[in-house]
Amino acid sequence: MLELQRLNAGYGRAHVLFDLDLQLRPGEVVALLGRNGAGKTTALKTAIGLLPSISGDILFNGKRITRLESFEIARLGLGYVAEDRRIFTDLSVMENLAVGRLPARSGAPRWTAEKLFELFPNLGRMRERRGGSMSGGEQQMLAIARSLMGNPSAILLDEPFEGLAPIIVTGVAATIRELKREGLSVLLCEQNLRYARLVAERACIIEKGRLCYTGTMAALDADPALRARYLSV
Amino acid sequence: MSFSSVLIQFLNGLASASSLFLVAAGLSLIFGVTRVVNFAHGSLYMLGMYFAVWLSERVGFWTAVPLAAAVVGFLGLLIELGLLRRIYKAPELLQLLATFALLLIIKDAALWAWGAEDLLGPRAPGLAAAVEISGGAFPQYDLLLIVLGPLVLVFLHLLLTQTRWGLLVRAATEDREMAGALGVNQRWLFSSVFALGALLAGLGGALQIPREPANLNVDLTVISDAFVIVVVGGLGSIPGAFLAALLIAQVKAFCIGLGFSKATLVVEFIVMAAVLVIRPRGLLGREATIPRGPGAEEPPLRPLSPLLLRALAALLAALVLLPLASDGYVLVLLTDVLIFALFAASLHFILGPARLHSFGHAAYFGLGAYAAGILYLQAKLPMELALALAPLAAGLGALVFGWFCVRLSGVYCAMLTLAFAQIAWSAAFQWDGLTGGSNGLVGVWPAAWLASKTMYFYLSLLACALAIALLWRAVHSPFGYALRAGRDSPLRAEALGIDVRATQWAAFSIAGLAAGIAGALYAFSKGSISPEAMGIPRSVDGLVMVMLGGIHTLTGSVWGAALFTWLQDAAARNVDYWRAAIGVSILVIVILLPRGLATLVQKRA
Repeated sequence: MLELQRLNAGYGRAHVLFDLDLQLRPGEVVALLGRNGAGKTTALKTAIGLLPSISGDILFNGKRITRLESFEIARLGLGYVAEDRRIFTDLSVMENLAVGRLPARSGAPRWTAEKLFELFPNLGRMRERRGGSMSGGEQQMLAIARSLMGNPSAILLDEPFEGLAPIIVTGVAATIRELKREGLSVLLCEQNLRYARLVAERACIIEKGRLCYTGTMAALDADPALRARYLSV
Repeated sequence: MSFSSVLIQFLNGLASASSLFLVAAGLSLIFGVTRVVNFAHGSLYMLGMYFAVWLSERVGFWTAVPLAAAVVGFLGLLIELGLLRRIYKAPELLQLLATFALLLIIKDAALWAWGAEDLLGPRAPGLAAAVEISGGAFPQYDLLLIVLGPLVLVFLHLLLTQTRWGLLVRAATEDREMAGALGVNQRWLFSSVFALGALLAGLGGALQIPREPANLNVDLTVISDAFVIVVVGGLGSIPGAFLAALLIAQVKAFCIGLGFSKATLVVEFIVMAAVLVIRPRGLLGREATIPRGPGAEEPPLRPLSPLLLRALAALLAALVLLPLASDGYVLVLLTDVLIFALFAASLHFILGPARLHSFGHAAYFGLGAYAAGILYLQAKLPMELALALAPLAAGLGALVFGWFCVRLSGVYCAMLTLAFAQIAWSAAFQWDGLTGGSNGLVGVWPAAWLASKTMYFYLSLLACALAIALLWRAVHSPFGYALRAGRDSPLRAEALGIDVRATQWAAFSIAGLAAGIAGALYAFSKGSISPEAMGIPRSVDGLVMVMLGGIHTLTGSVWGAALFTWLQDAAARNVDYWRAAIGVSILVIVILLPRGLATLVQKRA
């Protein structure tokens, strides 16, 4: 589905990712774990084409997307939800969704605004609300819905639970599981193992830009030493 | 003033506002999406005028106007595809310079195509008469203009809110990176926005021809007016541009109507100042969004290496000995080089360590030159005293203008500095009694003991070398550290107790003072001063000098100034279209060598 191969990337002269290998298989939810500054966001931004890679390759559905621009990658069916959601604050909910609209593709769930409002009933009640006057949780829902409007076959979620109240976290987690049932592959970044456990079946841990563990969520849970080494603060 | 003449002036203001609004709206739209301030937008307006005059002789006025607008729109599309597309990721200053290069090229192209004489446009058939409005005569055509402004405003509003294209434009204006990650093809969006903006500018120009002949000065007049409007209205806000265009045009109309046409500039300035003090983001502007993605990275400035210091000392010694060996002309040329080296170094002082993009630095050069001339000729001060006091006038000017400029950053600062320089230029151009108007001041000669080429060369060498050394020293003083800290991370610098704005203000004033020294030396070296001394092209010369040498180096501006002055001396006499040649060179530098000549040397070292 999505594959990073010996990927090196960073910002300007700051080299962040070192030979990162990562795989997202069809229909799978993978959590990319690691401490603050480990390179999780950089990995996702590089994958969607917002950051140029230094070397290495990124494959999506078998196609090399390493040098493509982000709009081309999005049009191939890779969705992206940014860490700080990046809702268009001047645009209404409906307009935010409309910006994300792309033609449907085979092999991926098809979404319309109405179908998304079933998934996110809250959004359906505030169609004309300006993005800027929504709460953090509502913005997170809108950001996910907006990227689903592109009918992606895989989606990148950058810390989808950050800054949300616990009750909202449960809701977002339920949504992500629902998306998996629809057949979507999900790669999400998370610092918090508890939240990752809610949705992911597999975990990859990166530290200082290098992959240092990959395995099932259950295996990670069974290994306190591993958690202490890479995840405890 | 009777009610009727007030009404007529009011209507005049409304009519002028329409054309200004079209230009400012295009500028705002383009900036919103591409984040590029198009300095050539006034040139597109100018082209609209020329095309409309030229076409109306062939196809008639009413066909010519939309046709001219369409041609300019298409030209805008070509400019976007051929040039702007390559520089979206370049540093802001280079983008500004590149569009400025376009301005120079378009000016010379228009000179080549239509000549230097003003081209008188036709009257609008069917609307050539005047109507009587409460006892005063008012041109019918101006009534059409009055209606057209609001019509375009409504049209743009509908376009932006009711179409998918408008939706994507609004999304990209707010966060173009995220729009891209959602699959929005920005290349196409940018091209179409630029073409629309160009079309609006062309339409503004074409509509103006029954009121004003097409001429080659209109590009800078219009762009500085548009900058004032956009700053007052709030960059990116189209209704704001409309309001500001009304406000500025009314102010101008009433100044002219009341017989104070010379006060126009001052009043315009005061209006802008008042708006900026009360609402720093303009009438309807919003807090500027923080640019997304990695910021521009500035390599640290190293202190001069011992080797370079020794080389500089050797150069200085060579210059001191030079008059023993050379004839007069070389000394004159080298005096020019020294003066412009100081001018460029003073510009670099705010451009590099402070990242205050100044497109109007010649204002302070010119203030120094004019102050020297006025003190010498009108106040009858001795030459030495006039030379010593004149830079203070430039410093004072920088102190006043700088207060506004440091309140704005990046492109706002560039627009405002350009507008101020244009105001200073117009003042020099119009104020016959004090500045000699377009003829300038003549008979500004140095005192007898300094009158020989050799002595004047030594005077310039002493003053310029000293001033440049002090500027370079200041960059590596605690003041310079504070300045660079404020540039690289304003928030962190403030948290450390640095008053970023005050530091920048001080730097701006110091740079103005240093440019004033250069200007005063220049005045006495030439014996005369003309408004060109402070024209916008002179400001751009300074920018090109700094760019040639490389903005990231301390000494680069000096080498750049030397090379540029020499090239200009050699080429200006032989090349007809010197401005266009500079424009093309700027584009070549921006695209091929964005870090300046000095980097070529560094790479080899």
